[in-house]
Amino acid sequence: MSVIIIGAGAAGCEAAFRLAEAGIQVEVVEKENQPGGNLNNWYQLFPDRKPASLLRQRLQQCVSHPLVHLHTGTVPVKIQRTPQGSFNVNLDDGALLEGKALLVTTGFRTFDATRKEEYGYGIYENVITSVELENYLANGSLSTSTGKLPQRIGFIQCVGSRDEKMCNFHCSKVCCITAVKQAIELRELFPDAEILCFYMDMRMFGPGYEEMYREAQEKYNIKFIRGRLSEASENQEKQVFVKCEDTLIGKPLRMTLDVMVLMVGMESSDGSRWLAKELGLNLAPNGFIQASDPHYATNLTNVEGVFIAGCVSSPMNLTDTLTDARSAALAIQEFLTIPIHNH
Amino acid sequence: MYYDPFVLPFTIGLNVLCIYLAVTYIRWIRGFSRADRHTILKNMVSLKTLKACKEIFLESLVHHKIYRTSPFLGYMHMCFGLGWFLLIVIGKIESLVYHTSLFNPPYFAIFFRFFHPANETFPHSELFAFLMDLILLMILSGLALAWIKRLFSRIVGMKKTTKHRPFDKLILSVLWLIFPLRFLAESFTSGIRGGGSFLTHTAGEFFSHFLPLEALSYPAWWAYSSALGLFFLLLPFSRYMHIPTEMVYIFLKNWGVQQGRKFTAISRFQLYACSRCGICIDQCQLGTSLNMKTTQPVYFLKQLRHHEDYSQSVDNCLMCGRCEEACPVDLRLNALRLSQRKDYTHINKDTYKYVSIPRFTPKRIAYFAGCMGHLTPTVIRAMRQLFEKAGIDYTFIDEQQGICCGRPMMLSGNYNAASIIVERNRSAILNSGAEILVTSCPICYKVFKENYHLNLQIMHHTEYLELLLNQGLLHPRQSDLRTVFHNPCELGRGSGIYTAPDKVLKAVSQKIPTPYDGKKSLCCGGSLANLFITPTQRTKLSEDAFNAYLAYKPDTLVTACPLCKKTFSKNHHQVPVKDIAEIVAENC
Repeated sequence: MSVIIIGAGAAGCEAAFRLAEAGIQVEVVEKENQPGGNLNNWYQLFPDRKPASLLRQRLQQCVSHPLVHLHTGTVPVKIQRTPQGSFNVNLDDGALLEGKALLVTTGFRTFDATRKEEYGYGIYENVITSVELENYLANGSLSTSTGKLPQRIGFIQCVGSRDEKMCNFHCSKVCCITAVKQAIELRELFPDAEILCFYMDMRMFGPGYEEMYREAQEKYNIKFIRGRLSEASENQEKQVFVKCEDTLIGKPLRMTLDVMVLMVGMESSDGSRWLAKELGLNLAPNGFIQASDPHYATNLTNVEGVFIAGCVSSPMNLTDTLTDARSAALAIQEFLTIPIHNH
Repeated sequence: MYYDPFVLPFTIGLNVLCIYLAVTYIRWIRGFSRADRHTILKNMVSLKTLKACKEIFLESLVHHKIYRTSPFLGYMHMCFGLGWFLLIVIGKIESLVYHTSLFNPPYFAIFFRFFHPANETFPHSELFAFLMDLILLMILSGLALAWIKRLFSRIVGMKKTTKHRPFDKLILSVLWLIFPLRFLAESFTSGIRGGGSFLTHTAGEFFSHFLPLEALSYPAWWAYSSALGLFFLLLPFSRYMHIPTEMVYIFLKNWGVQQGRKFTAISRFQLYACSRCGICIDQCQLGTSLNMKTTQPVYFLKQLRHHEDYSQSVDNCLMCGRCEEACPVDLRLNALRLSQRKDYTHINKDTYKYVSIPRFTPKRIAYFAGCMGHLTPTVIRAMRQLFEKAGIDYTFIDEQQGICCGRPMMLSGNYNAASIIVERNRSAILNSGAEILVTSCPICYKVFKENYHLNLQIMHHTEYLELLLNQGLLHPRQSDLRTVFHNPCELGRGSGIYTAPDKVLKAVSQKIPTPYDGKKSLCCGGSLANLFITPTQRTKLSEDAFNAYLAYKPDTLVTACPLCKKTFSKNHHQVPVKDIAEIVAENC
């Protein structure tokens, strides 16, 4: 009696460990060569600035459990249901996995910023995404394309989130606090630079977040400007010339930035979409997989035996993702131990 | 004197109709502005009148534009239009040849077979009888098609046919009765005393075997006359008002009266000239993609004419112009809809004062990217490269700051706000001192041409690139890239620019022909004019349009409008969407 988990990100690893601890054999499928998912692109975590590597090590330990079999560098190509209701999962390396239940933890993909052409990502040299910035922060340095130290850095919130023109109505939740964290980290690198953050709303939903936001303003002198960027262009010095409206003052605003950071949002991953199609799972209007009930059955789907955890159902921070994974492990245990199934 | 009481319904109906039409039209014509009346008087005695007559023959009688939609449909309309016309004209000639007086009453020609003793021959009487039967047969065949169209519209080339009001269904039944009744009346008379030709004579012979024709013949003439009279009485209150009104409209249009932004006398003529043929229905992507069934021009004009609620349909229009292109009556459907949009903004001269009007050193060429151009930096980058390659010194008018061209405001009905924007922008353009104004945005292009009254040459960048190619200032190579061209609504149908983008794209790529080329291009779904549909519905529209183009398997979908490019690119696609300038720049 084993459980198949697709995706070895934070949710997949945590759920695998909890199931294994309960004596259940777990097969984990991961398309990359190592577990960790999007966490592998991160340097430090909010709100406590814990190194992401600590959490990665923990996740690595999770999947090292004797009852967890990790299949890396492979993806499912076909999933079939046996008459008894268990799942046969064919992998692209030829392996066939069989499980009583299936947990989908395929997470999210970050928004492709080239789709928001007016922000100039991929066109202007000094426009980067929040994911790329995290990498610069890990290396402890950031310079402009012309090799200078940036004097003025701007964060642009909600790139691909809450943007009906990009077909994304949802809030990606974590970008606000990520920008606050990254702005503080940049302040530590560049004590004299001007650091600005253009936002629609700052949504500080987690414990310690609001405190961090206040500290960013009071202690780290980060300027927060309420206004959505309208357009950007590039000048001769390869600086980014931006236009927006400061909606608190009600005045149009124009300035040049040495580096512009786009806080790219979350979208349903390609893997989630493929699995939804393959398994007949309902998608919410925002493209994420729909949970059976928003209160009582957040880990259940419309297909019996298929469970979800983490960002596959909606954008979440790491705290909620890990909690959701433990909740999914519990739901799967109930499913496996209660003998009445209506297949 | 030929007379019988049965001609009364016809005669009363015809006279009432003529008086009603004369009074109505005179009332409407009195509503024309002084300028319009001047235009009419100036052009009345000119070749334009002859042109109008030709158009009336082609459109009101032959219905040649409907043949483009479907030959069956064209034939059906021609049967009624031209058929009925010929029946009247040849009938009149026949009655003249017989009676030789020009002043015989109208009913004499219409009911000629009743009054004419069949044994009495006159010059070419057999030929006339043959022609009249032939025309009647033609109309009856059209009638058969009309029945088929009501039952199975797809057969005659229409996916959807108009849903009519009960009153219009009544008059439709009356119209459909007229010609079978004429056929019966003439056949019965022929069965009794001979006459007629291959159709009515044969039918008369046939009926005489089993029908008491002596008893049926006279009531049949009464029925025929009554059907005609009833049709004439109902006509002004039904959609068939289009028959006389369309002809007047064609004259007025040819004499140079134009539909402006307001609902004027010419609008009223158009409102009544709509025949509700429903050809616009299939053209409308709101119907085909979003299953919206009551917003097409045929329904909007119906709501407007009969004072029904049109608050939704007035806003729910892409103004892509696909319906206008297909309209057999050539109505200015977009302008009519726009005339009903309300101006609701409250602004004054200071509203846009924060935008300073820039000063430039005069150069021959000025470039205006437009707001949407600034939202697609790749287009601006490509244009910069091309200007540089061609060695053109130019003024970039809205490089640092610019304001909207005003067209989005106009499309939402807000002409007051638009006029202030237009004034400020116009000053900036005139300050450039340029002779040629190049813009990347078809929306700006259209408004520059139509509303800015600029005394300089305005070119869309596709036209300008064609010019640079012709002058030999650019030497792009023809790449192997397979392209499909999406002609933006505002550029193609909106401004009549078709050849320039076609030539330029063919010069730099392998352009694949599609059924959506030229006037048939689709709306990308990004339309600024629609004030009703939701973003999700817009996405559905653009996805459907994108997939329609993708069926021709291009490597790249090419457009010439930054808004179209943005709209098509908002979703994740395998096939990239590029502006024509980008393709030229890549191959220079």
